[in-house]
Amino acid sequence: MIIKSKKLFGLEIVTSLVFLVFMFPFMILIMNSAKDAFSISQYPMALPENWGMIFSNIKTIWNSPNIRYPSSFMYSVSITVISLLAITFFSSQAAWVLVRNDNKTSKFIFLMFVAAMVIPFQIVMFPLLSWYRTIYMVTGIKLLRTQWGLILAYLGFGVSLSIFMFHGFIKSIPYELEEAATIDGCKKHEVFYKIISPLLKPIHATVLILNGIWIWNDYLLPLLILGKGNKVQTLPLAVATFAGAYVKQWDLILTAILMAIIPIIVFFLFAQRYIIKGMVAGSIK
Amino acid sequence: MKKERENALIFWLFLTPVLFAFLMVIIIPFFMGIFYSFTNWSSSARLDNALKFVGLENFINSLKDPTFLYSFLVTTLYTVINVIVTNAVALVLAMVVTSKLKFRNIYRAGFFIPNLIGGLVLGYIWQFIFNNAIPSIGETFGFLSALANPDNLILSKVSSAIGAIVTASVWQYAGYIMMIYIAALEGVPKSLFEAATIDGANEFQKFKNITIPMVAQAFTITMFLTLVQSFKQFDVNVSLTAGGPSAMFMDKPLFGTEFLALNIYNTAFVKNVLAEGQARAVLFFVVLVIVSVIQVNINKKKEVEM
Repeated sequence: MIIKSKKLFGLEIVTSLVFLVFMFPFMILIMNSAKDAFSISQYPMALPENWGMIFSNIKTIWNSPNIRYPSSFMYSVSITVISLLAITFFSSQAAWVLVRNDNKTSKFIFLMFVAAMVIPFQIVMFPLLSWYRTIYMVTGIKLLRTQWGLILAYLGFGVSLSIFMFHGFIKSIPYELEEAATIDGCKKHEVFYKIISPLLKPIHATVLILNGIWIWNDYLLPLLILGKGNKVQTLPLAVATFAGAYVKQWDLILTAILMAIIPIIVFFLFAQRYIIKGMVAGSIK
Repeated sequence: MKKERENALIFWLFLTPVLFAFLMVIIIPFFMGIFYSFTNWSSSARLDNALKFVGLENFINSLKDPTFLYSFLVTTLYTVINVIVTNAVALVLAMVVTSKLKFRNIYRAGFFIPNLIGGLVLGYIWQFIFNNAIPSIGETFGFLSALANPDNLILSKVSSAIGAIVTASVWQYAGYIMMIYIAALEGVPKSLFEAATIDGANEFQKFKNITIPMVAQAFTITMFLTLVQSFKQFDVNVSLTAGGPSAMFMDKPLFGTEFLALNIYNTAFVKNVLAEGQARAVLFFVVLVIVSVIQVNINKKKEVEM
């Protein structure tokens, strides 16, 4: 017994060291967000002399006209939220009619969505830009350099996996439930909104989290659709533009990064259990 | 009759939004993309008279271009290393945090957190670590002074720069893969281990004969996830090395860590040959389809065996 607990203690020590290694980038980030340009370049590993510096750095980034943190943050939030609402709402109702109509058309449509999951973004990205431009020239609807074009793209790229996951979940809901509701006088669409939708909560969480983390952190799609130097920009885009323009100004770059990741870390701390469960469920499906 | 019509109406009404988005963003651009890869498509030659059919020229030029061949090789190398390291680290972490450690829940969350940070942002953090923090460690400790030598900067040599990208990717992704292994490990009945202990099996035998077979199903998932995600790597590549440092390949100087996704992007926007970039994207797609088909077949075989 003593040998066993000694072994466990040794493992505890080793694991906590590995844990520290994993936290090392965060420590570096926080420490150096509280320094000026000189002490960052001279002593990147030292503790900051004055932790209060972190607030003045944050204030600089907050007010910087080059990064426009408040507006980038708001655009990131609104783009993520609207895309998520659209993805979950539209894919859940689509998955439902695909499950409950057992015919060739719905099988074909479902298969098409599943097959599309193999398509890498790279093969559609250049034509997508050209297609958006064509739409603008023909109809005058502006999709390039606007958040609406970006949200439509997220809907298009997000629905495949989401429909697939809702499909699997809805299949496990007994059909008798819907029949009973229909006999009681429920209209077809009411069956979905009143009976099925409330049952989908667990899978909604999974779909929201998987898509949410992807959309919040995505860089390439906003880069292509919004472009650099646009009034509309997301946080990753703002950080990249800023880091590109202020090469080696690590005091500002690191603070900007810190401010870009704080929202998602805070979100994680509140919803930790759902996030981990959701992401694992998502991968296994 | 009326009910059937209502049914059909709801069917199409509910499908229209997703089909519309899917058509606009994936189907149409996908076929446009395949079409454009056979033309001289460029920012000046769009869908007008200037657009010409050029056959396989873009594909042939791509396959003759050392930068494309090199980026294919270096991406494959990175993918192999990254898949192995990520899965090994993730499996070890999963085994550790499912043991009886006191702070296992804190470790679990800590190993997972990097996964929430986007590749672009974390690439900059690691760039700072490799370019500033590590040389500074070398300055402080005499016996590590080699680290402070500017010639030894990790990002200044191709081999160590690839190692740096692997480090950042593993840091980002191992915690996620760990969670999948945890789910698999927690499904292993404890009685199996107890029985093995009574029969006198040592730790390694238990690992080899119980743990590995029991998490085999998870392996196919994690392998596929890490494989595809490594092969598509773009964000960390851009922010950590931006393709640098330079290297020589087939007597041509080129970017030493330019992975495929970055090579496609640069071909279209830096080299300014849009059609050729599109042809490379088509080749990229074909490789991914082959990998996926192999993966599905392996999965099916396994299911039959089970």
